[in-house]
Amino acid sequence: MTAQSPNGDPNGSPGEDQNGRASDAPVLLEIKDLKKHFRVGRESLKAVDGISLEIKRGETFGLVGESGCGKSTAGRVLVRLYEPSGGSIVYNGEDISYVKGDEAKVLNRKLQMIFQDPQASLNPRMTVGDIIAEGIDIHNLAEDRKGRLDRVHELLKTVGLSEEHANRFPHEFSGGQRQRIGVARALAVDPEFIVADEPVSALDVSIQAQVINLLKKLQREKNLTYLFISHDLSVVKYISDRVGVMYLGVMVEKTVSDKLYDDPLHPYTQALLSAVPVPDPDVEHERERIVLEGDVPSPVNPPSGCRFRTRCPHVMDVCAEIVPEMREIKPDHFTACHLYYDARAEQRESQTATAG
Amino acid sequence: MANGTANGTGNSDAVLRVNDLKISFKTYAGEVQAVRGASFDLRQGETLAIVGESGSGKSVAARSIMRLNPEANTIVRGGEILFDGDDLLKLPEKRMQRIRGPKIAMVFQDPMTSLDPTMRVGRQITESLKKHLGLSGRRATERAVELLKMVGIPNAEERVKQYPHQFSGGMRQRVVIAIALSCEPEVLIADEPTTALDVTIQAQILGLMRDLQERIGTSIILITHDLGVVASVADRVAVMYSGKVVETGTVREIFYQPKMPYTWGLLASIPLLTADSSLELIPIPGSPPDALDPPKGCPFTARCQYAMKVCSEEMPAYTSFSSEHEAACWLQHDMAPKVEPPARIGGR
Repeated sequence: MTAQSPNGDPNGSPGEDQNGRASDAPVLLEIKDLKKHFRVGRESLKAVDGISLEIKRGETFGLVGESGCGKSTAGRVLVRLYEPSGGSIVYNGEDISYVKGDEAKVLNRKLQMIFQDPQASLNPRMTVGDIIAEGIDIHNLAEDRKGRLDRVHELLKTVGLSEEHANRFPHEFSGGQRQRIGVARALAVDPEFIVADEPVSALDVSIQAQVINLLKKLQREKNLTYLFISHDLSVVKYISDRVGVMYLGVMVEKTVSDKLYDDPLHPYTQALLSAVPVPDPDVEHERERIVLEGDVPSPVNPPSGCRFRTRCPHVMDVCAEIVPEMREIKPDHFTACHLYYDARAEQRESQTATAG
Repeated sequence: MANGTANGTGNSDAVLRVNDLKISFKTYAGEVQAVRGASFDLRQGETLAIVGESGSGKSVAARSIMRLNPEANTIVRGGEILFDGDDLLKLPEKRMQRIRGPKIAMVFQDPMTSLDPTMRVGRQITESLKKHLGLSGRRATERAVELLKMVGIPNAEERVKQYPHQFSGGMRQRVVIAIALSCEPEVLIADEPTTALDVTIQAQILGLMRDLQERIGTSIILITHDLGVVASVADRVAVMYSGKVVETGTVREIFYQPKMPYTWGLLASIPLLTADSSLELIPIPGSPPDALDPPKGCPFTARCQYAMKVCSEEMPAYTSFSSEHEAACWLQHDMAPKVEPPARIGGR
């Protein structure tokens, strides 16, 4: 199956350097063992419990997982909407894990966020122009009123809206248009890095494609770096260079996009991919599905050892005892699973080594 | 001419038939024409998927079958819904109550809002068993436990005594399905039953619905916007756009030989797990028409790259391609230019 751009879009030589560009670029953001725990009464809910990842400049890192896996919390910690409970975030060589005040404000210009619900993330009492210009005002990016207005108009055009939309209110727009306003607001401060949290999940498929193509186009033009958070594996595949799969607060698999989809290693990734219905009836009828039993356990009391073991079709004794390490099983393909290394044997070896 | 001819071939084994249904809502802004002449039928034991984007009228059409649209501002502008020899649109409310539940049941998108948070799950299941089947309290409770087991809820004896908030989203949807199927209805209407659920849970629920359909023989109307779900469970598909059914056919006809440019657009705009991600998605430009003032001709004209002059002036008639497959499009007219669908779709 091949897709053609029906309109002969001149910018449509898509993704020409998608992987090539990303691999030579310097690392822009590095997260090490990031944790975010919330207090729930006397207990703590481990929403994100030690994830590590690197994102190169100009690259899109897709974070996938089901509801409650911690992907959105991870994204919010990154743009510092939440303070991390542990671990570090290094942005452009600088540790930003706990920055505050003026430093945080400078950082806000570089790191922006697009939210899932375009209805809830736009103030209904502000005009679209004022919503977009909020960041420009805060960071004093416009010299005068005319400069501010010109910038708003330019941003509206960038995201495919028109100048007269600046004086209208959010309720006058459709879902897809509102999401474009959200994108324009994020772009207003000329960010380098955008966390997009389920940006197309609330949209119809035909509109979804418009917004995905817009995000891809903006990335090409402005060399933006994205962390793209979604539960929709097909969308993530479409936009991401690298993908990380999360389950119950931890990362279970991490690799380049094509490898993840062609050769998933972790049993959870395999089940997740097999659960996605494909819009092709013949394929659907022939497919063998891995149907997972039960539900995701509570992040307040996650299972010991591997967190997926309670639902894993390949569960072994060792899974309950030892937390699997994230290891490079194939070139540039990491997973945390006991199927791929013998943790017990290694433990014995290290014990005899220290004993001897 | 264009009205009421979908499925005009007439199938005698239809359990439910919707003919030229027109439903409007009174609002402060004017009359919202939600359904503007939709026709489809549901056959014994099949799953009919109604697909369309938000605002296409698919949920309103389904709720009209159950007569669940708000009475105060709903206007039935025309059409009929035939079930068991009756027109459901004309039935007195008393008789409708004996159909709603035991004969035609419904499952909604959000399992939290369709369950009563203050009532134990067991009582919510036994309610319809007592009312419609006349079971005694003890017998109804036993049956409720059986139903919970049937929909795959472990430890059912304990679970019947619990409240909805003690269940996960997937479990709640199982409870809703158990309630819907408690009286073994002839027709089950499932309005986006898995949209609020995660994919692994969605796979469980879709599998469950398929098993139960085989066991009970219920005919299902599945309303969804997810073409993946359609491909996996539907026998036949009706594509709705702006209150009209623009194409119907078997699931293979709709996916492999679609005839209407809107169906092409839908299929071409979905990202595929199997496709090369360096290719651009092909969105449908623009947005759907305003239901307050729908266009006179084909509603897709403004977004259609093949639109001709006639398209904006008159609604096209349905053209039949097989005993099941129909589409309303002027491109099928003898005088229209021959157009090939985008390369990405069809081809089998």
